[in-house]
Amino acid sequence: MTDHSGKFLPRPRPETAAWWQSCREHKLNIQRCSGCGAFQFYPRIVCSSCMSGKVEWVQSAGRGKVVTFTICRLPVAEAYTADLPYVVALIRLEEGPTMMSNIGECEPESVAIGMPVEVTFQKWSDDITIPQFLPALAS
Amino acid sequence: MAIVGAADTEVGKIPHLSPTALCIDAARRALEDAGISKDQVDGLVTCNSMAEPYMYHAEAIAEYLQIFPRYCISANAGGGTTFSTIQHAATAIAAGVCDTVLVTMADCLRTGLSREQAKKMQSSTGHPEFETPYGATVPAFYALIARAHMDTYGTTPEQMAAVAVSGRRHAARNPAAQMRELITVEDVLNSRMIADPLHLLDCSLVSDGGAAIVLASAERAADFPHDSVYILGAGEGHSHEHISQARSLTTSAALESGQRAYRMAGLGAADIDVAQIYDCFTPVVLIELEDLGFCEKGEAGAFVESQGTALEGPLPMNTHGGMLSHCHPGNPGAMFSLTEAVTQLRRIAGDRQVQDAEVALVHGQGGIMSSHATLILGRERD
Repeated sequence: MTDHSGKFLPRPRPETAAWWQSCREHKLNIQRCSGCGAFQFYPRIVCSSCMSGKVEWVQSAGRGKVVTFTICRLPVAEAYTADLPYVVALIRLEEGPTMMSNIGECEPESVAIGMPVEVTFQKWSDDITIPQFLPALAS
Repeated sequence: MAIVGAADTEVGKIPHLSPTALCIDAARRALEDAGISKDQVDGLVTCNSMAEPYMYHAEAIAEYLQIFPRYCISANAGGGTTFSTIQHAATAIAAGVCDTVLVTMADCLRTGLSREQAKKMQSSTGHPEFETPYGATVPAFYALIARAHMDTYGTTPEQMAAVAVSGRRHAARNPAAQMRELITVEDVLNSRMIADPLHLLDCSLVSDGGAAIVLASAERAADFPHDSVYILGAGEGHSHEHISQARSLTTSAALESGQRAYRMAGLGAADIDVAQIYDCFTPVVLIELEDLGFCEKGEAGAFVESQGTALEGPLPMNTHGGMLSHCHPGNPGAMFSLTEAVTQLRRIAGDRQVQDAEVALVHGQGGIMSSHATLILGRERD
């Protein structure tokens, strides 16, 4: 198994710990405001549309499209060298919010804007399981 | 408000001076240019250094100089912050908080950063939980924008490369620039791919260097030895911090910062004789040229490709060589476009002088196209 230990591991905060817990359960959660209905990511303690404090977790379908991407030819740190060349992308989830991730399990050169992708999960440490994306199976 | 003194230090590789010493060197040169003593400075603005950070940077510089200002702030982000601090300092003078502000900024990213500091700098660019883990380098963050602009408007790698070629042509005429050897579009495209579609020569330099200016009210401009340069307009725009949260990848808050600055100055893009546009990566320049009203959306690539930003073109841009060819020491990077604008408006730029330059625009951005600040400067007070 790939060693992820030297990577920039996220440090969950009090308000995001539940999100990282859902990742450990292989669920990609986002937030929905029970006041105005807006979806948001990353997790916040308020709705960034209407400022209501009533935001609830909902599970994303885990599907989206590539908004933009790059292929990293140089690693950001030594621990990323084994992954070269790797794709960093912005992905717009079906529900609306955009998130950053990697796109794996494909040739980096085959990634394109608009490409449908779906979430998968990679365990980086006992605490951190991180969402990654891969090309969606044709449906 | 008037810029009554301006100066750069040497730039490039300066191993014999620490970032603090370079900041002081910039200050000394600007005070000399303004013809005043340090004791006449009652406002001090600095930015923190990455290579030699202080908890309270401006206070540390004041202590070093043994000056005791009434107004003392340090801004710790690069790009747009450089020019927004000018707006803050000008506001402080206008409000009567202080009279003579020294803005001095320097850093040594070329020779001064330890491996750990460099790593920390890279890792602190993205959102620590939701971006940084995915391993984007700073060029990779900007490559996301470049790719989006290509997709939306058909911008090409050749057009981005033309930005680097334009800057280098100007740097070749600037003895102070770090990189002066002429390059071609092919050279850019053949340079190492860093993060598709950005090649090595699409990326700005890594430098040591510093620059400083002295700011005073326009009423006092005649008290200083050199031609003063007047601040006619200033504006800021802020759209996000992290690129995954951007409202748009292809239209930036330069739109708002530019409009606000134009409105204050009572001028428009057509009135600008020379522009110094933040060029940390080539695609950034294209988006800024469009958002600042110099081109329609999607047309900046063709504009630069057709020599629109050459010294003899309709919009001479980055006449010192910009951060792609003159120098880029990090947070202070945009200061050099300000001192270059002063040099142009004083009409002492020598081989790279823009004929009859009356009005200059300088624009900076920080983060990943996040925070924007625009200044409009003129030879005349209004």
